[in-house]
Amino acid sequence: MITFEPSFFTERNRDIDDVTLRAIAREVRKDILKMTSEVQSGHPGGAMSATDIIVTLYYYKMRHNPENPKWEKRDRFVLSKGHVCPALYSVLARTGYFPLEKLHEFRKIDGSLQGHPDMKKTPGIEISTGSLGHGIGAAVGMAMGLKLDKSDSKVYCMIGDGEAQEGSVWEASMAASHYNLDNLVVILDNNNLQIDGPVDEVMSIYPAMEKWKAFGWHVIEINGHDFKEIREALDEADRVRYKPTMIVAKTVKGKGVSFMENRAEWHGKALPPELLKEALKELGELV
Amino acid sequence: MEKVSLRDAYGETLVELGKEDDRIVVFDADLSGSTKTAKFAKAFPERFFNMGIAETDMMNVAAGMATTGKIPFVSTFAIFGTGRAWEAVRQTICYPNLSVKIVCTHGGITVGEDGASHQALEDVANMRNIPNMRVIVPADDVETRQVIRKIAYTEGPFYVRLTREKFPRIFDENYKFEIGKGHVLREGEDVTVISNGVMTSFALYAADILEREGISIEVIHMPTVKPIDTELIVKSASKTGAVVTAEEHSIIGGLGSAVAEVLVENYPVPMERLGTPDVFGRSGKGWELLHYFKLDEKGIVEKVKKVLERKER
Repeated sequence: MITFEPSFFTERNRDIDDVTLRAIAREVRKDILKMTSEVQSGHPGGAMSATDIIVTLYYYKMRHNPENPKWEKRDRFVLSKGHVCPALYSVLARTGYFPLEKLHEFRKIDGSLQGHPDMKKTPGIEISTGSLGHGIGAAVGMAMGLKLDKSDSKVYCMIGDGEAQEGSVWEASMAASHYNLDNLVVILDNNNLQIDGPVDEVMSIYPAMEKWKAFGWHVIEINGHDFKEIREALDEADRVRYKPTMIVAKTVKGKGVSFMENRAEWHGKALPPELLKEALKELGELV
Repeated sequence: MEKVSLRDAYGETLVELGKEDDRIVVFDADLSGSTKTAKFAKAFPERFFNMGIAETDMMNVAAGMATTGKIPFVSTFAIFGTGRAWEAVRQTICYPNLSVKIVCTHGGITVGEDGASHQALEDVANMRNIPNMRVIVPADDVETRQVIRKIAYTEGPFYVRLTREKFPRIFDENYKFEIGKGHVLREGEDVTVISNGVMTSFALYAADILEREGISIEVIHMPTVKPIDTELIVKSASKTGAVVTAEEHSIIGGLGSAVAEVLVENYPVPMERLGTPDVFGRSGKGWELLHYFKLDEKGIVEKVKKVLERKER
């Protein structure tokens, strides 16, 4: 297991290479599949499309402190698409917010890892999410509050592409631009699949980049599985002034397991035991 | 009785709080002139945030800001704050139990001429059903000032329902508001009348009228609908043996429902609810509408007589 001292995370832009990030992401994907399969419940597909971005945020970019989750100087991460929390829980455990064994508590009664993020039960969760379209507004509020305090902490938020169908996403987007929130970076996990099928068939959000540009955001498009591109986009956002940044990350639902990739059916369905074995083998686990 | 503005009292108290504590921040959704948060906006522009006509976002943003250690007050009209934005209040404010204070004006039928679309007759019900949320319906300006100060420094979410219309002042400087406590304003023997908002002043009128007819009613002002003062309700009901509730709200889900829940589980007695009877409002002048829906002393007297009949049967 790749581990770092908590002090490793307290400065931004850490010296960590793509090979290491990729290896960590592979472990996170295995966690996602095991957690969801154990309870035969949860959302593995979107968690796997979000994994590389969340890993890059917590291991490379964000200033945070796993030993002191409420550290005043921390950057915040809001998972607005709360259903993909297995990816976040795994990253929080692996960076040291809580022991890895806790991952077995996912979605279980008396467990600390709820089906959707609960800031009261899980250390490192900045705001409770789950109902789509609300987390991005909370992220806007955090960014406004930090500006009021003249803090240089930043707020990162991930939304889903299906989630962008919620009107409240656009209310929040309007407000972020109106209040010149250059301390806010939102990442759109654009895997183009939602429960009922492709986003452009269910209810198109496209052209997404143009929409956020029209809302006054700085918009960057990247391949959400290319660590170099993720890193560069996050760094570019640091240089933007008076505008929030939207990173449209082209991703693949179920990324990392051949038979799960680009399949809407793995949105909210866990792998049965025999497929789990096969998937873990693909991810390099000796089973 | 002198008629006083609850929303002006709110706006003025916000300014006082803002002077004392820079954690106080205020949000509005393009209604700051009406909700009176404009007073705060003028005094502390850097701590006032107009979110535009986007109530759902306003709730989410206020919740996010609360996590950075601020004390957000959020205002709009009652129907938008508790209806349009309901699920944001539930998900982002109440579920994580954040200290966001939702203070809405234009609750009830006394919104007046704007009519049914703007008359919140469901707001108390909407907020009462969410875990962690506490719900307060003040009667006058004196009480409003105390409520606003109290909730600012009590952890967790609150909903306070204020009104457009001015109401009679019924309290003086000796009044002391406490969260979750009802107040016996007048002791009586035959029927307990439990009310809040403008209906408490009507309950006091009704008590005078009924006294002349030889009927003694106990008037309890119940500003906190949640958590409700179970002890006081049971104590009074066990003395009088009959209860009437009166509120400027639908009879479904508000004060009447809260009192009924207490009685049915603790001390069942005949009970009548005065409120709007599961209907929408309509245009008219505020006070005209109160009388139209019998939300006045006559309506209370009628209900008291009806419950007395049931009690004596």
